[in-house]
Amino acid sequence: MQEPLLELKGVKTHFPLERGMLFGRGAATVKAVDGVSLSIAQGEVLGLVGESGCGKSTLARTILRLVPPTEGTVILAGRNLAELAPEELRAARADFQMVFQDPYASLNPRMTVYDTIAEAIQAHRAVSRAELAAEVSALLNRVGLAARFSRKYPHEFSGGQRQRIAVARALAVRPRLIVADEPVSALDVSIQAQVINLLAGLAREMGLTMIFISHDLAVVKHISDRIAVMYLGKIVELGPAAEVLEHPLHPYTKALASAMPLPDPERERTRRRILLAGDPPSPVNPPAGCPFHPRCAYAIPECSREQPRLESFRPGHEAACLRLEQVNAD
Amino acid sequence: MRSTSGHRRTERVALLEVDDLRTAFHTRNGVVRAVDGVSFCIDRGETLGIVGESGSGKSVTCLSLLGLVPQPPGRIEGAGAVLEGIDLLRCPQEVLRGIRGRRIAMIFQDPMTSLNPYMTIEEQLMEPLLIHEKIGRAAAARMALQALQEVGVPEAEQRIRSYPHQFSGGMRQRVMIAMALIGKPDLLIADEPTTALDVTVQAQILDLIAQQQRQRGVAVIFISHDLSVVAGFCDRVMVMYAGRVVETADTRAIFREPKHPYTRALQRSRPAMQAKGGELYVIPGLPPDLSRPLPGCAFAPRCEFAVADCGRTEMRLQDVGAGQASACLRVQRGELTLQ
Amino acid sequence: MSATATASPALAADAVEPGRSLWQDAWARLRRNRMAVIGGVVLIVLTALSLFGPLFLAYSYEEQNLALGAAPPSAAHLLGTDKLGRDQLARLFFGGRVSLLVGLAATSVSLTIGVLWGSIAGYAGGRLDAVMMRVVDILYALPFTIFVILLMTVFGRNFILLFVAIGAVEWLTMARIVRGQVLALKRQEFIEAAVALGLRKSRIVLRHVVPNVLGPVMVYTTLTIPAVMLLEAFLSFLGLGVQPPMSSWGLLIKEGAEQMEEAPWLLIYPAAVFAATLFSLNFLGDGLRDALDVRASKD
Repeated sequence: MQEPLLELKGVKTHFPLERGMLFGRGAATVKAVDGVSLSIAQGEVLGLVGESGCGKSTLARTILRLVPPTEGTVILAGRNLAELAPEELRAARADFQMVFQDPYASLNPRMTVYDTIAEAIQAHRAVSRAELAAEVSALLNRVGLAARFSRKYPHEFSGGQRQRIAVARALAVRPRLIVADEPVSALDVSIQAQVINLLAGLAREMGLTMIFISHDLAVVKHISDRIAVMYLGKIVELGPAAEVLEHPLHPYTKALASAMPLPDPERERTRRRILLAGDPPSPVNPPAGCPFHPRCAYAIPECSREQPRLESFRPGHEAACLRLEQVNAD
Repeated sequence: MRSTSGHRRTERVALLEVDDLRTAFHTRNGVVRAVDGVSFCIDRGETLGIVGESGSGKSVTCLSLLGLVPQPPGRIEGAGAVLEGIDLLRCPQEVLRGIRGRRIAMIFQDPMTSLNPYMTIEEQLMEPLLIHEKIGRAAAARMALQALQEVGVPEAEQRIRSYPHQFSGGMRQRVMIAMALIGKPDLLIADEPTTALDVTVQAQILDLIAQQQRQRGVAVIFISHDLSVVAGFCDRVMVMYAGRVVETADTRAIFREPKHPYTRALQRSRPAMQAKGGELYVIPGLPPDLSRPLPGCAFAPRCEFAVADCGRTEMRLQDVGAGQASACLRVQRGELTLQ
Repeated sequence: MSATATASPALAADAVEPGRSLWQDAWARLRRNRMAVIGGVVLIVLTALSLFGPLFLAYSYEEQNLALGAAPPSAAHLLGTDKLGRDQLARLFFGGRVSLLVGLAATSVSLTIGVLWGSIAGYAGGRLDAVMMRVVDILYALPFTIFVILLMTVFGRNFILLFVAIGAVEWLTMARIVRGQVLALKRQEFIEAAVALGLRKSRIVLRHVVPNVLGPVMVYTTLTIPAVMLLEAFLSFLGLGVQPPMSSWGLLIKEGAEQMEEAPWLLIYPAAVFAATLFSLNFLGDGLRDALDVRASKD
C-alpha cells in the first residue's frame, strides 16, 4: 500500500475577528476549517463539495500553505510542511500548485503569457533560453493553446483560455498535486466542458493527484474518484464519487443531492426535493455538537451536545452522523 | 431579417407580445447586434424560460423591453413590444417609468449590487409603493413587512430595518423578490436569479418564485444559462443563440426531442448527461463575433449537421409541429430528427 | 481580436503574434483625449523654450541695465525689463528651467521614496506596515512651512535643499496612495498564485506588485508636479526659495506682484505661463487617469 501523497490530521484554520488595536481582540473567531482529517492517495482525484461558508476554499489555501493552519498537520509526500524552514517551504512549493477560480484575476495583467509561464518554469529550475522557449511552447500546446499567442496579454484571451494558461502555469513547476478551486465556475457551460476535459485528461496522463473543489455536483461527480462533503469547516461525508451523490448517507448530502437540478423536466417536477430551512450558517461561532443539527430533519437533543465523527457505514464510505442507521433505514 | 413567432394566439390577447426586436450597440469596434430579430409572446400567468449562454442576448432582450439599455451606445428597434395595448418601444418615458416596477418587475443576478447599500430593507420595500401608489407611509410600512414575511424571511419585524450587507445572498434575493412583487406586477422578469447562489439556496428560491407565481398568477420570464433549472420551473422554453431565437417549445417537448442542434448540444454538454470518466461533449468552436454580419444560420459554423444551405439561407423561426418552433433549416425541411 | 482555442493543439510553426499590452491600450486612449494632448503639447513647448530659448536671446538673465529700469515690452526686450533692467524674457526662460527642474526633481524624489515605502508597507502588512505608516502619520502632522524654515535656517539657503525639503513632504501622500493600491492588489489571485509558485518576495513586489500600481502612481505624479511647483513658488514668494539673480516663475511672480501697479507686465507674463503649465499638467493627469482606468480595458 503506497504512502498517501497528502495527509491532513485534525487541521483547523481559524481567523480571529479583530476589533482594532485600541479596543483589544474580539472574542469571535471565524472557524473556517474546524478539524479536517483526510488522506489522498497518489493519482487520486478527490472532489470537495460544499456551499459558501463551508471552508473548502480555506482548506485549499491551508493545504497550499497560503494560509497557515491554526492546529493540526499537513503532510505532503511524507514531509510535514510546518517543520520546513521558509526557504525549504518556498522550494517545496514546486510540489503543489493551485488553479484559481477567477480567470480574470489569476493572471498578472501586465505580463505576457510567455513571461508568466517562463517565470513559473524558472522559479525552481535553471533553464537555458532555448530550452525555456521550447518548454513554454510545449506547455501551451499541452493545454490546447497555440504557441504563437504566447506574446499576448491576458486581457486578449477569453475566460476559458485564461484558465488554460493558469493550468499551464501550474504544470510548469512539475507539481505532484494540483488543487483546482472552482476552476470552471466563472465560465460558460460549453467552455466548462473543455476545461474539465483538460484537467481530467492531465490527471490521467500525468498521474497527477488532484483536489477538485466545486459547488457543482454534476461536474464533481464526473471527474472525481472520491468525494468529500464539507459543512461548516468539517467533513461530513466521504466516499466513492457516484455513491456519495446517488446514495448519500448524511442528511446534508441528501439535501444537497436532491437540490441538484435534473435536466429531465418530468423527473424534476415529480421528484421530492428536500428543502433545507434557512441559509447556510456563517462559520463565526458555529453551533455546538453536530454543525448541521439546527437545520437537520433528523436531529435529536444529543446532536447538539456531541460531535459526530466520520464512521464507515459501507466499505470505503463514511459519514459523520450520530443517527446514521436511522437516517438510512430504507 | 424577420423571424416569425412560433405562436399565434388567435383568441386570447397575450400579455406581452414582442415582434422582431433588435438591439444593437454602436461601439468603436463596430456595431454589435446583441438582439437580432427576436419575437415571442407570453400570456398572463405563464412561465417562459429564456435559455442561452453569455452573448446570446437573453438579458439584453429583457433590458430592452424595459428601456434599461442606454441609448447611445445602444439602439433599440423593432416592429413592436406590446404590453396589452402599450408599445414599450415607442411609448413616452413617463409611461415606461410607470410600467417599470408596477406592471413589469425585474430581479437580477447579483442582489448585492441591485440593492442600495445605504437604504434599509424597509425603505427599499416601501419605495415602489410610495412612488406608484398614493398611499401613506404607515400603510406602506405595513405592506412592506407583510411582503417580507411572505417571502419567508425569518424574524421579519426585527430584520426589516437591517441593511443589505447584513443579509446573506439567499436572503437578499428574497428581499429582491419581495420588492419586485410588492407592486403586484403582471409580469416578473428574473434574470439569472439563482446563478450566484448555492445549490440548496437555489432550490429554496426557485421554490419561492414558483409558489408566488402560483398564488398571484403573475407571468414569469426566467432567464438562465442552465437548461436544468428552467426544466423544473417553466411551461415553455425559448433558446437563444447569437441574439436570435433558435427554438421555442413546451418544456417537456424540448427535452424529449429538441428541434435544434444547439439545444441538443446544450443538453449534451451537461456532465450529468454523460458517462462518468469519459470525455465531456464539447461544442466545437467559439461563440460568434456579434459585430460581424452572420449570414444564414448563426450556429452553422459549429454545427455537426450543417450543410451548404445553412450558411446561405435566411434563418427563420417556423412551426415544426406539436407546439414547437425551430429555426433550423434542415429540421424545417424534415431532413433532420434529433435524438 | 480573440485568439482561437481548439481542442487539438495548433502548429507552433507560425510566427509569434505580437500582443497588445494594457499600456498600449492606455496610450491609444490618451491620444484620443484632446485636452490631454493639448496639455502635453503645451508642456513640451514650454519645456523646449525654457531649455533652448536662452540660446536665441541676446541678453542673459542676469545682465542688468540700470538705465532702463522697469521698462515695458519693446522690440529689444519682448517682455519688458524689471527694475534692475534685466530682460524678462530671459528670466522667464531661465525661471522655467528652475521651476520645471524643481518640479521634476522633487517629484522624482517623492516618487521613489513613496512607491518603495508604500509597496513594502502594504505588502508586508502586520507590524511593519503599522510602524511604517505611523511614521508617515507623524510626518504628516509636521507643518510644512515651519519644517522648511527650520531646514533653511539650519542648513542655509541651498538650491538642493529645496528639492529635499519639498520631496520630503510630498512622498507621504504617495506612500499612502501606493499602500492603498497594494492592499487592494494583494487580494488579487495572481499575487496568491505568485506566492504559491514559490517566487521570492522581492520578485513578487518588483515584478507583480509595482507594475500594477504604476497606473495610479503615474496619475498622481502628474498631479504632484504642479503641487510641487506651487510649493516652490510659495517658498520663493516668502523669500525662502530661489534667490535673485536666479529666477523661478514663483520668484518672478513675487517680484511682479510687488510692482503690480507700475509695471503690470512683470506679473502678467510669468503668471500666465505658470498657469498654463499647471493647467496642462492637470489636463494630462486627468487624461492619464481616464486612459489608465482598468475597467475600460477589461473585456
